[in-house]
Amino acid sequence: MPTTEELSGFFWTSGRDGVLRLLGCDACGYLIHPPVGYCPACQGRETSPTPVSGRGTLYSFTVNHQPWDGVGDLYVIGLVELEEQPEVRLLTNVVGVDPSDVRVGMPVEVVFEDHDPVFLPLFRPVAA
Amino acid sequence: MSGFEAAAVISGIGQSAVGRRLGRDGLELTIDAALEAIADAGLTVADIDGLSTYPGGTGVYPGFSGPGTPAVQDALRLELNWHSGGMEGPAQVQAVVNAVMAVSAGLARHVLVYRTVTESTAQGTGRRPGIGAGTPIASGAQQWTTPFRLLSAANHLAMYTQRHMHEFGTTSEQMAQIALNARRNAALNPKAVFTAPLTLEDYLDSRMISTPFRLYDCDIPVDGSTAVIVSAAEHARDVDHPVARIEAVGTALRGRPSWEMWDDLTTMPARSAAAHMWSRTDLRPADVDVAQLYDGFSWLAMSWLEALGFCGHGESGPFIEGGGRIALDGPLPLNTAGGQLSGGRLHGYGFLHEAVLQLRGEAGERQVPGRPEVAAVGNGGGPLAGCLLLTRSA
Repeated sequence: MPTTEELSGFFWTSGRDGVLRLLGCDACGYLIHPPVGYCPACQGRETSPTPVSGRGTLYSFTVNHQPWDGVGDLYVIGLVELEEQPEVRLLTNVVGVDPSDVRVGMPVEVVFEDHDPVFLPLFRPVAA
Repeated sequence: MSGFEAAAVISGIGQSAVGRRLGRDGLELTIDAALEAIADAGLTVADIDGLSTYPGGTGVYPGFSGPGTPAVQDALRLELNWHSGGMEGPAQVQAVVNAVMAVSAGLARHVLVYRTVTESTAQGTGRRPGIGAGTPIASGAQQWTTPFRLLSAANHLAMYTQRHMHEFGTTSEQMAQIALNARRNAALNPKAVFTAPLTLEDYLDSRMISTPFRLYDCDIPVDGSTAVIVSAAEHARDVDHPVARIEAVGTALRGRPSWEMWDDLTTMPARSAAAHMWSRTDLRPADVDVAQLYDGFSWLAMSWLEALGFCGHGESGPFIEGGGRIALDGPLPLNTAGGQLSGGRLHGYGFLHEAVLQLRGEAGERQVPGRPEVAAVGNGGGPLAGCLLLTRSA
């Protein structure tokens, strides 16, 4: 599980209310990820956790077969480009779909996996 | 060649035994390689006044780092004017680049540069666990990966490859040529660890690691040490063999240094390093006679082929189709010692060693015909990249 002790803590706990949040620049709205208290777009220093839609597009993925952690299941690791700012790519797991049906370019939406206090932001295909 | 690179040459090379589970101490292997390189350069230990390594003695995981510079300095009782070891920089070849800079700046005259791995022995008979696997709380950079069970660079780079396949139609059959070419060349390298013939069918039948990477897309951990001596250019005339001149280095990293936030995952920072290298020389990709390009995963070598301009962006699949272009007798012989896929993961320095051997015409059965004069060496994958263009002295 990720730490909740760092500047990123809000990101990991954000899903408690079902909303994904990224650090946004108070001045220009640019999403800064991973979170840093400096806006590379406008040099602003004031930032706040900012709600986003949780919708995006699957930029790429891999179906992992090798049992690195000894479990041995197939699982999908993906990179999701956020609707609000596509250059933010969230590394995640793609769930709710057979691994053999995952495709680059799929529309996806966030779904949180409850590990209270952490709510892991995973993504599933948007229902057609 | 007009930059600082002109001030230095690679005057000597050395390499320890290379193999699986040699059971030998990393410092012992390093000394083997160092003494061979020093003698090859026509020097004695007392002549060495600089020491440089990647990644230094900081163990990322067992067997990865080899001895740091203090251990080597002490073992050889070196008297040093300059020393450096570290891993934040232009990939593995940063230790060579640093040495060239030190010689150029007058801080040292003969720098021993080495890279040592004992990953195979460290791994023992078991598998290496995933990076971060079993860590209860992930912090720092790992918090973005381990919670999603991304536990290997294979996972990261598989996503680069998948995107490349998506955008350009690159196929597994094309990518296989990197592995098959490596295996053919490894059969001619007495130090290579995998030499049995490998067919396209074997490749396609091998087990999946992380789609689209199969077993034979992944390099193999070994034990071994490689050393080179970077000397002041004037020393070339005191050596009884051709030396490798450093025509240009490529050290640029333009873009976010991040596995997933890099702007275009059909490319890597190799793109920056390669463009930087070409900006420092009048030579062009067509002048390169032999290419030694990092193949920790097969697709990395394809990405380097594109980055260095041997083919266009997205065109590496068709470029290597059938394997003829990159074969020993082809127009651009690639990874002539078997690369890391079949030769073993000497972590960048196998390529450097082989490039110098080829330029010197000392590569034995796998010698590229026609006296190669220009060699390209690309190191690194993902957010790490550094490259060298080497030429043979007369």
